[in-house]
Amino acid sequence: MLLLSIDWVFIIEKVALILIIILSSFGVAAYATWGERKVAAIMQDRIGPARAGKWGLLQPLADGGKLFFKEEIVPDRSTRWLFILAPGMFMVTALMTSAVIPWGPDFTIGTGAEMRSISLQVADINIGILFIFGVVSLGVYGIMLGGWASNNKFSLLSSIRAASQSISYELAMGLSLIALLMLTGSLSMRTIVEQQHGFWSDGWFSWNFFKQPLGFLIFLTCSFAELNRAPFDMPESESELNMGYHQEYSSMKLGLFLFAEYINMFISSAVLATLFFGGYNFPWMDNVQAAVPGGIFSLICVTVLMVKIIGFILFFMFIRWTLPRFRYDQLLNLGWKKLIPLALINMVITGFVILYFFNK
Amino acid sequence: MQLTKRAAAVDRSPMTLAEKIYIPSIMKGLSITMGHIFKKKATVSYPEVKRPFSPVFRGLHVLNRDEEGREKCTACGLCALACPAEAITMEAAERRPDEKHLYREEKYAAKYEINMLRCIFCGNCEEACPKDAIYMSETVMPANYTRKYFIYKKEDMLITDEQLKRRAAGQENR
Repeated sequence: MLLLSIDWVFIIEKVALILIIILSSFGVAAYATWGERKVAAIMQDRIGPARAGKWGLLQPLADGGKLFFKEEIVPDRSTRWLFILAPGMFMVTALMTSAVIPWGPDFTIGTGAEMRSISLQVADINIGILFIFGVVSLGVYGIMLGGWASNNKFSLLSSIRAASQSISYELAMGLSLIALLMLTGSLSMRTIVEQQHGFWSDGWFSWNFFKQPLGFLIFLTCSFAELNRAPFDMPESESELNMGYHQEYSSMKLGLFLFAEYINMFISSAVLATLFFGGYNFPWMDNVQAAVPGGIFSLICVTVLMVKIIGFILFFMFIRWTLPRFRYDQLLNLGWKKLIPLALINMVITGFVILYFFNK
Repeated sequence: MQLTKRAAAVDRSPMTLAEKIYIPSIMKGLSITMGHIFKKKATVSYPEVKRPFSPVFRGLHVLNRDEEGREKCTACGLCALACPAEAITMEAAERRPDEKHLYREEKYAAKYEINMLRCIFCGNCEEACPKDAIYMSETVMPANYTRKYFIYKKEDMLITDEQLKRRAAGQENR
């Protein structure tokens, strides 16, 4: 349907896709809060939330409802509009990253000339990874502004920590990815996923994890730090800084901060799965593709990606309830003295291997 | 100098490479927490499931009645004397001939009050009572908003007909 030389169906498709992605991020994040409490409970030999609905499944709704109806308090001495802007900014940046993640292969409807294929990626920009890095570094602004505008010493300390932490770990994160990019030769997420097609190709696993295990490890560690999650939850270390940057927040502003963290976790798991664990690819996918119609095949692929994402989220949770928090200096030591040299070495080794063994 | 047999020397040797890498320790930690997934949960889902009280539990006081439903208390005051918190107050009265079905002996407690805010639930009253008239049940004292509520009157503590019936059927151990 062309009107004023704009493909309206295309726009409707994209808007629908964006809506679905954002709503499902909310859904996954909501149930991640439930899952986190369940995981924590199970690891501590408890049963966790069990009152709201079956197995406490309505707990996220109850929590959200509670936060909505809480009294809204804005500190008198705060910088008011920054204080209000910060949680929204945190949320927006958390949601923006999902735009470049390919959620599945093209979804096809109809057959022959009537066939229409819908891309399950909001925007296939050729600098996908750069976009993610840019948005992730914007994400820390939410925390910084929130902590700073609160006019509270603990919050300020926390936002300083958040800033220095994310600066130090973004370096190592980027360096670990350079080695990966040397292999893929592309910054586009779609290309990277398509290169990891299936599970086995050319006598080696096709997933990047098996080509870049060290890079994956560095990237994973850095994502923990970027997400401000235990064992690197310096900015909100409750035993030292009370609650850190969201100490002065109440009601749904606090809710947005807490919720955006889980959305960040969801997106970060998606990025990890896409870059290193083959995205929506799975073993014997060619056989499956031949057996089922295109639309169903892409739904299967989306499901596979979701399973990987949920696996990563669970891993994040297991780590959180296992490891004690690092000290602040230990955190920076690890970032600057260990991970960055390690990432550089990984880069050199990868370059060497590519140059001498695969340079045909 | 070793003071106990359990004393262990602190290992201050420098970390080995495996310890420095930290990943083996993470794996070890994860295996411990994963192991807890399969362990028995310690939670008691309270209102539905109740933990049995220990046989020596001392809860709210109950004023006893005999098989015919007559109050056993004779207002001798031994419980008030035994009470270290001085929580028990009572007033005695003489039984009239038409009250024989209510009180077992000639003297009875016209007023019997326990201040539950003072009571320390030591059980001395139960031990002091020569008539087996007061005992402590397996009930936890409920909370309330006002102090007045915590001064329990005789009517609040007197054993109910239902409780008597259950005890006769052997469902209640005390």
